[in-house]
Amino acid sequence: MGFLKKKRWQRRHLVETFMKFIMRFSLVIVAGSLGLILWIVVVRGTPALSLDMVTKIPEGGYYMGKGGGILNAILGSLYLASGGTLLAMIFSVPIAMYLKTYLGDSKWGYYVRLSLDVLWGIPSIVYGAFGFTLMIALGLRASLLAGIIILALIELPIMTRAMDEVIRRMPIDLEHAALALGSTKFEVALRVVTRQMLPGITTAILLGFGRGIGDAASVLFTAGYTDRIPTSLMRPTASLPLAVFFQLGSPYPEVQQRGYAAALILTIIVLAVSLGSRWLSARLNKYTIK
Amino acid sequence: MTQQNQSVNYETITKPEGRHARPSGAAHRRRLDQNVRRTFLVVTLLPILLISIVTISLIVRSWPILSAYPLKDLFLGTIWRPDKGLFGFYPYIVATFWVTAVGVLLATPPCILVSIYLSEYAHLLTRTIAKPILDLLAAIPPVVYGVWGLVAIVPFVDKVLAPFSERWLSSVSIFKVNQPTGFGILAAGIVLAVMIAPLIISVMYEIFSTVPNDLRHASLAVGATQWQTIRTVVLPQVAPGIIAALVLGASRALGETIAVLIVVGNVPKVPTSIFDAAYPLPALIANNYGDMMSIPLYDSALLSAALVLLIVILIFNILSMLVIQRMLRRKWAS
Repeated sequence: MGFLKKKRWQRRHLVETFMKFIMRFSLVIVAGSLGLILWIVVVRGTPALSLDMVTKIPEGGYYMGKGGGILNAILGSLYLASGGTLLAMIFSVPIAMYLKTYLGDSKWGYYVRLSLDVLWGIPSIVYGAFGFTLMIALGLRASLLAGIIILALIELPIMTRAMDEVIRRMPIDLEHAALALGSTKFEVALRVVTRQMLPGITTAILLGFGRGIGDAASVLFTAGYTDRIPTSLMRPTASLPLAVFFQLGSPYPEVQQRGYAAALILTIIVLAVSLGSRWLSARLNKYTIK
Repeated sequence: MTQQNQSVNYETITKPEGRHARPSGAAHRRRLDQNVRRTFLVVTLLPILLISIVTISLIVRSWPILSAYPLKDLFLGTIWRPDKGLFGFYPYIVATFWVTAVGVLLATPPCILVSIYLSEYAHLLTRTIAKPILDLLAAIPPVVYGVWGLVAIVPFVDKVLAPFSERWLSSVSIFKVNQPTGFGILAAGIVLAVMIAPLIISVMYEIFSTVPNDLRHASLAVGATQWQTIRTVVLPQVAPGIIAALVLGASRALGETIAVLIVVGNVPKVPTSIFDAAYPLPALIANNYGDMMSIPLYDSALLSAALVLLIVILIFNILSMLVIQRMLRRKWAS
């Protein structure tokens, strides 16, 4: 009996050790793939990276390996993502406030949050196709404006949910205290919630911006592509993801190299934004009441 | 919502006096509150409205082709020749299914294991390191995943996995290597698996954290090992949530465009093996947007492809969200 007991004890501990091992192994695989992606992009991207890449627009014959850079795509992407983020801000801040102050955890609050999550899940190619139907209906051509509108739609759910998650953690006592002093709900939203929401808003802006700048499929339909830097909202504009995509498809090795370099530039921007949001929200969180 | 009904009638407390008196503070403030509430309500209805607008506009634009051809010809037809008026979506639909299935199947074991490890075993330090890693992985743009797939995964499939499969698995038809380039369903599946992993892991992690510690302690106290506790106590509690998280991951994989487009090969044939090149629906839409207006019904056909994607994704999304929300809001008897 004692012998059997001992054997049983050993086997389940063996299983325990084995499971722990493969769990750690999986974690290493997941973390390792991030390392691998970054490493590949850096190794492949640096050879073709030069000052010309980030300061010049494509010159004649650029797509056959001649001189120039992708300043048009870098600036185009910055315009698109900033415009989209700004537009999405205008709508997401009121929605997050309304969710917090007026809806709270009510049934309607649940429905609105669910609809935001569903919107979040709609892929950018469908947004792109929708943008295309919208442009036909409005008689718009591929332009910076159309790209900004579609990116704003894509960023809206992300930004709203990011703000909502932060503001949900606000202590209910704060709200009660303000209401007890006779504030209206709007005053609570304006004077109390806004301040508590500040870290949430910064995180949301950077999160939305990061998503917007990396999005390719929607911009393909709505913003088009051009070698010029856009001078008005109605002009088409280039973007970094599409610059990467088009150059990868080139038969010329030099152009492909530049595609990798463009991918490196895009990755650096996105990672800087992502790390920046982490740092900023940690800093700003110090000034909120928990 | 009950609080607003109890609000005091401010006008009775402070009345504006004199002919030139400004509207009294309280009344003014209350009116402002009402106006803001109404404006914000309209804005808040926007997300719900947006889902309907996107769906309806795609239905309207794809109606010409849906009414011109029987659904059977569209969804089971295998020939795609828009210039001859043949719109068979079957190869594209099958390809979409395969790519998504391979991606989710590859992502499932590591995602479950990592989320169990993070929620049950890991030290606080490991967790604080893992979170930003997952966030960064989620922040990398699809096109960069595409570059990674093209430079690393396609050669890996070509040089390592395909010879391995030819050596050991050639008798199984879905592992048969019919074309030796590396571009294909498996490469796309691997890229997709890494892309959807951060989402799946974070959802699963949250669901694991809802299981109260008392349950774990009870199991550990009667002598179970930690893995036994997880297998017999924790996992049965969260099983629906795990499946929902995987369905959510599948809905993300279904619509992924650029990264898949770069590595999948884009050959419009019904695939028979995971090493075959294929042509999923999002790639079809993205590759042909340019000449969509030149051939009759072409734009309608591509937008109906987007509609099909949207509907499948909406169903997957809503079902999984409902299950996940339910699990997260579950009240535990204490």
